[in-house]
Amino acid sequence: MKYLQIKNLRKSFGNLEVIKDISLDVEEGQVVAVIGPSGSGKSTLLRCATLLETMDSGELIYLGEHAVRTDADGKAVYAHARKLRQIQRYYGLVFQNFNLFPHYSVIKNVTDALITVQRKSRAEALEIGRELLRKMSLSDKENAYPYQLSGGQQQRVSIARALALNPKVLFFDEPTSALDPELTGEILKVIRDLAAERMTMVIVTHEMSFARDVADHIIFMDEGVIVEEGPPEKVINNPQNERTRAFLSRFER
Amino acid sequence: MKLEVLLLKLSEGMLVSVEIFTLTLLFSLPLGLFVAFGRMSKNPLLRNIIKIYISIMRGTPLILQLMVVYFGPYYIFGLPTPHRFLAVIIGFVLNYAAYFAEIYRAGIESMPLGQYEAAKVLGYNKTQTFIKIILPQVIKRILPPVTNEVITLVKDTSLAFVISVPEMFTAAKAIASAQASMLPFVGAGIFYYIFNYIVAFVMEWVEKKFSYFR
Repeated sequence: MKYLQIKNLRKSFGNLEVIKDISLDVEEGQVVAVIGPSGSGKSTLLRCATLLETMDSGELIYLGEHAVRTDADGKAVYAHARKLRQIQRYYGLVFQNFNLFPHYSVIKNVTDALITVQRKSRAEALEIGRELLRKMSLSDKENAYPYQLSGGQQQRVSIARALALNPKVLFFDEPTSALDPELTGEILKVIRDLAAERMTMVIVTHEMSFARDVADHIIFMDEGVIVEEGPPEKVINNPQNERTRAFLSRFER
Repeated sequence: MKLEVLLLKLSEGMLVSVEIFTLTLLFSLPLGLFVAFGRMSKNPLLRNIIKIYISIMRGTPLILQLMVVYFGPYYIFGLPTPHRFLAVIIGFVLNYAAYFAEIYRAGIESMPLGQYEAAKVLGYNKTQTFIKIILPQVIKRILPPVTNEVITLVKDTSLAFVISVPEMFTAAKAIASAQASMLPFVGAGIFYYIFNYIVAFVMEWVEKKFSYFR
């Protein structure tokens, strides 16, 4: 089943067109990595898909349900607020700089949306939260506050927070860019484990070797378009396009 | 005049000062939040009206504003003059709400966008986001400037003398001129100092309450 479909997405900031007609599908269980130079539009793509940014035209469909359609004039038309809230449950997002709630303890960061948004009981939310913290090897940090944690731990809390709501698709926006190499490793391991559990994920990343190892499908973006896409062995090991080659030449294969 | 009588008179005035202080905070702290929302509103008419209001409140002396509130109704509109104490409270609340609004606005606007985005993606609605996620962090950030304003307010209560509300400074001044003595002023000074010492102590305690996160 197609968990996410993006069709002919266009987005401009003023006169600058940052995304020029991008379409992509994400199948259930698929791990898609989006790579490309800074300013290529990959973060904007992800922000449009998570409704943090409004698209100018195109379609956005989660599990067959339209969040955004395009009208006859080619303008994006968003679904009603209630429909959007319902669709919002299908995905989660892990930010580059975590965006944990600093005034909430680790466990409250993970469980509060379950209680406030999904109206689950405290006990049920705690059970889900503790299970996820155990999975993220953070059980001993349950009552700590974000400032007391390392960057890697904070990012693991934010992954647990996103997973708590049981999303169908999990987005990662450069999840390791704010971390040093050692901490990067622990986050990549968590994402690898999720991939092994067949979690559907879309990952914007600069970690080429990681993208190659974990993704089923790589999308290379530059200047707002998909330059090249396909399985990792093709895109990373044997790129056809000149720009992809130039970009990847700076990384060790 | 005996010292006991002096202290008694001063404490009567002090009581009025405390009343002005308490009522002003009680109304201006919440009112300031609504003023801040108006100031940040997307509606340009509302936003500009609030901007002008804040500009006048900050740009003219409070002592003048008190006189306008008290004398204005009669001299401008021919209406009956309001009760003195009521006029003082209205004047103080309007003035302090403007200052608090700007403090709130600074606090709210200093919040990183990522907090709103994280809340949005998790499904919090706008009210939940503001009450649960933004407000507690804003309160922590604005405590120091709010403390400054509250301390200023303690001293500003003395301005009520301009429309003859018998707060402590009015009392001290009356006794001082009747007795040709500096002592009432010294007493008043000590009163204000102790009052503010308590305010600072309480605010420090509140700040400590918020120190569990960063």
